[in-house]
Amino acid sequence: MSSELESLYREVILDHSRRPHGRGLVDGGAAESRQVNPMCGDELTVRLHPDATCTRIASVSWTGHGCAISQASASLLHDVMLDLEPNEVAARIAAFREMIRSRGQSAGDEELLGDAVSLAGVSRYVARIKCASLAWVAVEDALQRFEP
Amino acid sequence: MSVQEQLPDVRQHPKSVEPLGLAEVERLRADFPILAERVNGHPLSYLDSAATSQRPLHVLDAEREFLLQANAAVHRGAHTLAAEATEQFEAARATVARFVGAQVNELVWTSNATEALNLVAYGISNASLGRGGAAAAPFRIGPGDEIVVTEMEHHANLVPWQELAARTGATLRAIGLADDGTLRMDDAVEMIGERTRLVCVTAASNVLGTINPVEEIVALAAAVSAIVVLDACQSVPHRATDFAALGVDFAAFSGHKMLGPTGIGALYGRAELLAALPPFLTGGSMITTVTLQEAEYLPPPQRFEAGTQRVSQAIALAAAVRYLDSVGVERIHEWERSLGQRLVVGLEGIAGVRVLGPQSGIDRAGLVAFEVDGVHSHDVGQFLDDRGIAVRVGHHCAQPLHRRYRITSSTRASLYLYNTPDEVDAFLDSVHDVRAFFGADR
Ligand SMILES: Cc1ncc(COP(=O)(O)O)c(C=O)c1O
Repeated sequence: MSSELESLYREVILDHSRRPHGRGLVDGGAAESRQVNPMCGDELTVRLHPDATCTRIASVSWTGHGCAISQASASLLHDVMLDLEPNEVAARIAAFREMIRSRGQSAGDEELLGDAVSLAGVSRYVARIKCASLAWVAVEDALQRFEP
Repeated sequence: MSVQEQLPDVRQHPKSVEPLGLAEVERLRADFPILAERVNGHPLSYLDSAATSQRPLHVLDAEREFLLQANAAVHRGAHTLAAEATEQFEAARATVARFVGAQVNELVWTSNATEALNLVAYGISNASLGRGGAAAAPFRIGPGDEIVVTEMEHHANLVPWQELAARTGATLRAIGLADDGTLRMDDAVEMIGERTRLVCVTAASNVLGTINPVEEIVALAAAVSAIVVLDACQSVPHRATDFAALGVDFAAFSGHKMLGPTGIGALYGRAELLAALPPFLTGGSMITTVTLQEAEYLPPPQRFEAGTQRVSQAIALAAAVRYLDSVGVERIHEWERSLGQRLVVGLEGIAGVRVLGPQSGIDRAGLVAFEVDGVHSHDVGQFLDDRGIAVRVGHHCAQPLHRRYRITSSTRASLYLYNTPDEVDAFLDSVHDVRAFFGADR
């Protein structure tokens, strides 16, 4: 197997795709978004769960089916989006977007993105950027309806 | 300048055909320089011709030669080049018309099959609004009328009919699919009845590879005087075609799937139907007299060819047809049939792989879509691409079909005259390794 392919499908990514975190919509939630990848018809729905004060995002749950990249990305997103202010969520989405659009030029901001930087390799594969971005675009969309 | 091209009589296909041999295929491959490309460090195995085929030098050269020597707008202007271009454009029409069993005036140039199908849908729609006068009245449809499609249609032969139904109040119905990937003919018999005005069906499924019993469907439609629209995208490039003998009313196909360029396709329409159908796109080049209030239209095919035409593309498509004809489309068909069986048999033998559509031993188009247990089609495609193998992944513009088989996407390998047994075997070897790489075998 080529090293390029292994840099795309890092072990972390395959692990997350096989045993995803945060999968399964949890009841409640303050905002939701469903996104479709038009190329393959894959769907992903995310739900933002507020904390007790209703000002922070305590967690994100999600459901959907898709390729290893899209599933791992949603799982990694779940791990990143824990107990954050809305603007902190937005900052992480922006950091992710910067990384995923970098065409291999950015390794990603580990401080903001944690293990999700393992998706940096996807940015070299133009046809797969949509797969990796699906969950993040969904959270971005849901965030617009998250009212503290 | 060579003005008139030789028009081979392509309707005379040899009765029994010697299949293409490997040596000949290897020689043909030299006509397609792109096939010698390396992709990700591997020789390219191009297994995506059902999406778009590659073009031989003959086609590129024909287009270039026209552009270098005779390029001009057709059916307009009287200078020498304009006359020459018009002549070549019409000769190209004659070549392609013969190839599919049509009269010259029965073949309308379009951008692709999608536009051809929309042309019919909008022509009927316009007739239903009263356009085209009494001659077009037989096309009028409305509430109570039914349009019958099938569950296996490409979106190009589905969405235009959904839209037509929505605009006219007609009802859209779909013939179902059996588990083995064939049309449910019991459904067809039950569904095609007095209310049926249109039956829109594909000759061969671009996902399942199923070859549909078009003659039977034509007979069912004829019994109730319904119009048959055939999506011939996956048949014209691969097997000898005679629309007139088949008895369909309209048929659509695309040039880029048959060694020709993108941007050119065609609609076949029976002469008397085209003569009565109101136009879809209107404007220049399709009129006789125009006043500020109204216009009179040319007879077909010009009535349906508004605006400046795709001249070099039409000429290149004719060159593609001559190329196919020189090899012999029935011989190509046989080659693909045997390679296709090799594909299906090979895939059936791989644990965790499920072939969609007819199983091995059953006649099918030279393409196979399949599902790999535990691995998404995008990932399968990525894995194969890493080894230089180009396949299609996704829903292949057939979402209802995928939903019918309870999946959202699949991987598809498709063949053409230039593919080899070695490519098929390399592909099978790679599919073999997919599940282990993604840990789906554990
Ligand atoms: C069966 C079938 N119908 C219609 C089409 C549409 O062809 P085009 O996109 O060239 O209009 C295709 C190809 O994509 C096809 O395979």
